[in-house]
Amino acid sequence: MKLAASVQNLVKEYHLGGEVVHALRGVSFDVPEGDYVAIMGASGSGKSTLLNLLGCLDHPTSGSLFLGDENIAHASDDRLAELRAGRIGFVFQSFNLIPQLTVLENIEVPLYYQGRLSRRDRERCRELAAMVGLAERLNHRPTQLSGGQQQRVAIARSLVNDPFFILADEPTGNLDSATTEEILALFDQLNASGKTIVLVTHELDVGKRARRIIRLRDGRIEAVIANATPGKATADAAAVPIASQS
Amino acid sequence: MLIWIRTFRLGTKSLMLHPLRSLLTVLGIFIGVASVIWLLAIGEGISRKAQEQIESLGATNIIVRTIKPPSDQITTTSLLLQYGITRADYERLSQTIPTITRAIRIRELRQRFTRGGYEVDGRLVACTPEYKDMLRLELDRGRFIQDVDLEQAKNYCVLSAGVAEKLFPYEDPVHKIIRVEESFYEVVGVCKPKMPSAGIGGSMAAQDFSNDVYIPITTLWWRIGDVVISRRAGSLEGEEVQLSQITFQVDNVKNVIPTAEIIKSLLAKYHRMEDYGVTVPLELLEQARITRMMFMIFMGLIAAISLVVGGIGIMNIMLATVTERTREIGIRRALGAKRRDIIRQFLVETIVLSTVGGLTGILVGFTCPLFTSLLKSGVETFLPGVYGALPDIVKTMRPVIVPASLPLAFGISVAIGVIFGLYPARRAANMDPIEALRHE
Repeated sequence: MKLAASVQNLVKEYHLGGEVVHALRGVSFDVPEGDYVAIMGASGSGKSTLLNLLGCLDHPTSGSLFLGDENIAHASDDRLAELRAGRIGFVFQSFNLIPQLTVLENIEVPLYYQGRLSRRDRERCRELAAMVGLAERLNHRPTQLSGGQQQRVAIARSLVNDPFFILADEPTGNLDSATTEEILALFDQLNASGKTIVLVTHELDVGKRARRIIRLRDGRIEAVIANATPGKATADAAAVPIASQS
Repeated sequence: MLIWIRTFRLGTKSLMLHPLRSLLTVLGIFIGVASVIWLLAIGEGISRKAQEQIESLGATNIIVRTIKPPSDQITTTSLLLQYGITRADYERLSQTIPTITRAIRIRELRQRFTRGGYEVDGRLVACTPEYKDMLRLELDRGRFIQDVDLEQAKNYCVLSAGVAEKLFPYEDPVHKIIRVEESFYEVVGVCKPKMPSAGIGGSMAAQDFSNDVYIPITTLWWRIGDVVISRRAGSLEGEEVQLSQITFQVDNVKNVIPTAEIIKSLLAKYHRMEDYGVTVPLELLEQARITRMMFMIFMGLIAAISLVVGGIGIMNIMLATVTERTREIGIRRALGAKRRDIIRQFLVETIVLSTVGGLTGILVGFTCPLFTSLLKSGVETFLPGVYGALPDIVKTMRPVIVPASLPLAFGISVAIGVIFGLYPARRAANMDPIEALRHE
């Protein structure tokens, strides 16, 4: 089975003042292609650090981090930027769309930094926008969209570069429960079509949608919980948002 | 190339988000560039005018002029004051210096010209036919003084445009008679108007040719002579002056300065008083060139200051923009922008600002001649006193847009965009993407 990402004994330390903060103390796990992993933990558990490392935004202190076949633990800044542009799909809690760009242009941004934007690429951006249900709003600005719609644009943007995995950081944190369900359903659908998803959350209901939950505590993996019934089929997980819809 | 075009489009889009702010930023550069072009154009206009006036004296000419000597040098107690360059000087200088190709002598007097009920106070210039070529006088009608007139000491005269207009407002003056003091002269020609030329003989005032009347020099010798008696404060005063001016034409520009030296030393030998002045237009030209350069440097300095101020304005705005758009920078970095992409993005924005300022500045720079003429006529209409006090050179000056100032101004404005944009752009690029993403 091919691996989208592989983390081996990953350590990250920060120096704050004279003090050393051990954010990650040796974390190892694999993300096979087509997987849907939720990284969970309380604040300070190291999940944000892990997210930054998986997202190629930071260098680990030690250990290795494979994206595909490439160990990026010591990659240059420019190489990391190339990987972010080419192989990682970010979805953020606060959507992080660029306000002066239209929906279509926001989806194009990663391609822009890959230095490619052919007619076919543009066509693909339109298809992605249609896929997330925004075909009619291509020329709207983010401020003209609802939170759920903005997050759909962000998801379309995360897919545009055909990434190793989608890296979603609390993607439903700013959404009401109905919209949360819509977005999570979209993730389910994407995973079902073969996309790999790494989701960072502190909400159990959201985490339960994944195939596996990696629970972090104090910079270490506390537990890896396999979910026998991932997706919306998980009745008890789905029950909460549905109940709150009324 | 494509990426630059895209970055350019993105940059203009970002700038258009704050149109007023961008406009005000552009204004700084706009004023700087427009003032570079205007100041250079006005400077060039003034110095070109000055140069024209000097050149009208002739670059290969040396002008020796009679000056009334300072009173402390006058030793004679006689009523008749003898001074100035003489016919002997003329012979001596024109015969002995081989580099001199032509020597033109004149004698001029302040006289009153009358005809019928009209009268003009002007300058009677006794001259030879060559005088016309030397001054580049053009005839409107009739002819100029000719050699025959000189030989026969004819009482013929040629009027300048100003005198002709005042004495003959409604008639053709040719073959009419005018009176100069006690003598009558027949008009044989009328000149076209001539612009004033640079002052000579130590005087800074421009020479005015509009009230001249030209007669053959021999006629003057026969009819008036060298002595002029004037009544002043109850006493008679007499002056004996043989020649007012000799203009020497030198064969080659290279020989002008040495020839002038020879003339000066020869004249010094025969004159005990400082009753003559030697003007070398070539020297004046050199001086004017230096003055012009100083002027340009000075003007350039002022313009440069305003451009730097504009540049600081750009930098200020870009630093604010970078802080304001920290989050956008974070997003772009997370989505794969390299540091140099961010630098490019912000640099392009500043360059767009400064280039727009530069281009509009150049466009407005072109209006300089129009604007100065409007300004001049405005001052003339509403502040006639101020206008009258302006020097001639300012009144007649036309701004000349220096072609080199256009690419210069444009280049400077782009350079200012790069120089003052680089720091904010680098600051944007060096942000930690994680921090920038967290920025609210």
